[in-house]
Amino acid sequence: MRHIISLLMENESGALSRVAGLFSARGYNIESLNVAPTEDPSLSRMTIVTTGSEQIIEQITKQLNKLVDVVKLKDLTAGEHIERELMLIKVRAEDATRIEGFKALVANYGGKIIDESEDICTAEITSDGVTLDRLLSEIDRDDILETVRTGASGIFIGARSLRI
Amino acid sequence: MELSGGEIIVKFLKDEGVEFVFGYPGGAVLHIYDAIFQQDDVRHILVRHEQGATHAADGYARATGKPGVVLVTSGPGATNAVTGIATAYMDSIPLVVLTGQVALPFIGSDAFQEVDSVGITRPCVKHNFLVKRLEDLAETLKKAFHVATTGRPGPVVVDIPKDVTDPGIKIPYEYPQEVHMRSYNPVVKGHPGQIKRATNLILSAKRPMIYTGGGVVLSNASQELTEFTRELGYPITQTLMGLGSYPATDRQFVGMLGMHGTYEANMAMHECDVLIAIGARFDDRVTGKLSEFCPHAKIVHVDIDPASIAKNVKVDVPIVGDVKLVLRDLLAELRAKGKQPDAEALDAWWAQIEEWRSHNCLTYDRDSELIKPQFVIEKLWEVTGGDAYVTSDVGQHQMFTAQFYKFDKPRRWINSGGLGTMGFGMPAALGVKLAFPDDEVVCVTGEASIQMCIQELSTAMQYRLPIKVVNLNNRYMGMVRQWQEFFYESRYSHSYVEALPDFVRLAESYGHVGMRVEKPADVEGALREAFGMKDRLVFLDFITDQTENVYPMIAAGKAHNQMHLAPQCKAPQSSERELA
Repeated sequence: MRHIISLLMENESGALSRVAGLFSARGYNIESLNVAPTEDPSLSRMTIVTTGSEQIIEQITKQLNKLVDVVKLKDLTAGEHIERELMLIKVRAEDATRIEGFKALVANYGGKIIDESEDICTAEITSDGVTLDRLLSEIDRDDILETVRTGASGIFIGARSLRI
Repeated sequence: MELSGGEIIVKFLKDEGVEFVFGYPGGAVLHIYDAIFQQDDVRHILVRHEQGATHAADGYARATGKPGVVLVTSGPGATNAVTGIATAYMDSIPLVVLTGQVALPFIGSDAFQEVDSVGITRPCVKHNFLVKRLEDLAETLKKAFHVATTGRPGPVVVDIPKDVTDPGIKIPYEYPQEVHMRSYNPVVKGHPGQIKRATNLILSAKRPMIYTGGGVVLSNASQELTEFTRELGYPITQTLMGLGSYPATDRQFVGMLGMHGTYEANMAMHECDVLIAIGARFDDRVTGKLSEFCPHAKIVHVDIDPASIAKNVKVDVPIVGDVKLVLRDLLAELRAKGKQPDAEALDAWWAQIEEWRSHNCLTYDRDSELIKPQFVIEKLWEVTGGDAYVTSDVGQHQMFTAQFYKFDKPRRWINSGGLGTMGFGMPAALGVKLAFPDDEVVCVTGEASIQMCIQELSTAMQYRLPIKVVNLNNRYMGMVRQWQEFFYESRYSHSYVEALPDFVRLAESYGHVGMRVEKPADVEGALREAFGMKDRLVFLDFITDQTENVYPMIAAGKAHNQMHLAPQCKAPQSSERELA
């Protein structure tokens, strides 16, 4: 099962390596991991997408909670939540109609073009991971110069929040 | 009061109540050593290798319950300490390890004796810190002691760059009385609902079993455990780490369980219907084959570490909390209920256990002309009145001691259970002896293990620490040899130790007393003579039977009812002789 674990941790050097080290030392999977400071600069918020049986996920959350730097943790998948991921994608096509097709596709997915020159076009799209995968599958691989994905971020729906 | 970083460290240790610091100087900690030189409050014990410092501090911590403190330099000082840190981590022992670091501007430049100590120790510490500002030093030290000693204890490393301890820079110092960490608040009180559920399950048992581990020792809950166990009248078994927290000479104690546990303990585990696990973590050496572990049992599990619960084995009633507090609550709930266990079922269960016990699984050849290691431990128990602090190294001698030295008190049995660190025993014994100079302290070891930290015989001489070393010398890495005999058709690959030193002369060259014992008839006399020398370290080199094996044995990956029993043991009907 795929789980999105969101946590608040002390914004201190080495905090990220404690989490990454835990996953590698105990053989847990990481599909994606992102981290940035919050509105309170002493705290970082981290989102980890992982997979495993219920027993493994239980151990992952317990082991993460055990890290002294981790202040609070929630498994977003245990409740109603929204998942978002930013993708930047750069394509090249000498054929102008293909560029137009790409732009239309991006618009269709609610993205926008952020850079454009001759045969190059770069777009940003924010959605959940599955939708981004679907978008990618609609683009000719030969046209793609590069893609950059942030990995999922997530937040609970409604008033429920992860805060201290 | 204005103090430099080095002075703050020493003053803080005094204010924290630290008696001993085990360490070894070097470039990055010279400022701290200079501060140590100028005071008498905190006593520094100079070891001969940083591994020895960590094990000595660890032994001190295990025997006293107080945190052990270590001071080593950067680079090799820190890496040499890693084995001892990992040893403490696996057994949840509170240590605070201060490592010197190159000065802040040099960090990351591959400077002389630079190593990423925080990075190297991360997987084997409860937490670690790098002190980047002198202003943070005292508070960080306070946090280190707080984290090391509360919740599930463990080692904490504080990495201190040299410029932070610069004697030329002084700031006001005040001992931080309190510490607040929003991210660290261990749960100590068990959930009342879970206590009720556990009590109901415990009272419903027809074939109950109490299984306890090192958590009872760490939580100082021996008295509570004894009361709880006697109140119920249930059989109790303990892990290697738990020994002593319930009196081994008591009838309700059925011996250690697991790979080298007793027949009765393992059979009772296999057949029990309610298992009460307290401060134990279902280690693979204890459980054997997980899919056949306690196949008939509902399980209550009490542990302070939520991550230990349901890690290896699914439990029915988990209780997160400090063992001592939870046992008190369980006992109060039992008494409040006023209900008794099913006496008839319990009688039948005890009859079954006594039948298992009657096979006397810890038997060995008492008529041998060679010294049997078990015999030495039995005599050691007699000669010391069962009341010594006994440390051990790792291997057969460790298992023989666990089986044959009947520990009646907690914190007397001191060994590396989780990591299995050879070289642990002797330095650990030195730490214990410093804490309890008037008590007998014995290190039971083997000729392979003792050589891994033999240099600490020099430390023992410097501080006049008259421990006794019982060397069970079978000229083999005994446990390796045993596995090779059982599982590798007696191909003894590199388990024979050639070119052994003359341990008697070696001990003498360090200034100690050495004795060699070669006949069973001389064992007791030699022990009495050695323990008669109150002010001398005596190294007893017992030349033992090379072929002796530790029984019973459950092969790795086998179930509790698949024990390999000693050849002298009457074959019980119900056990499969898997390997015989």
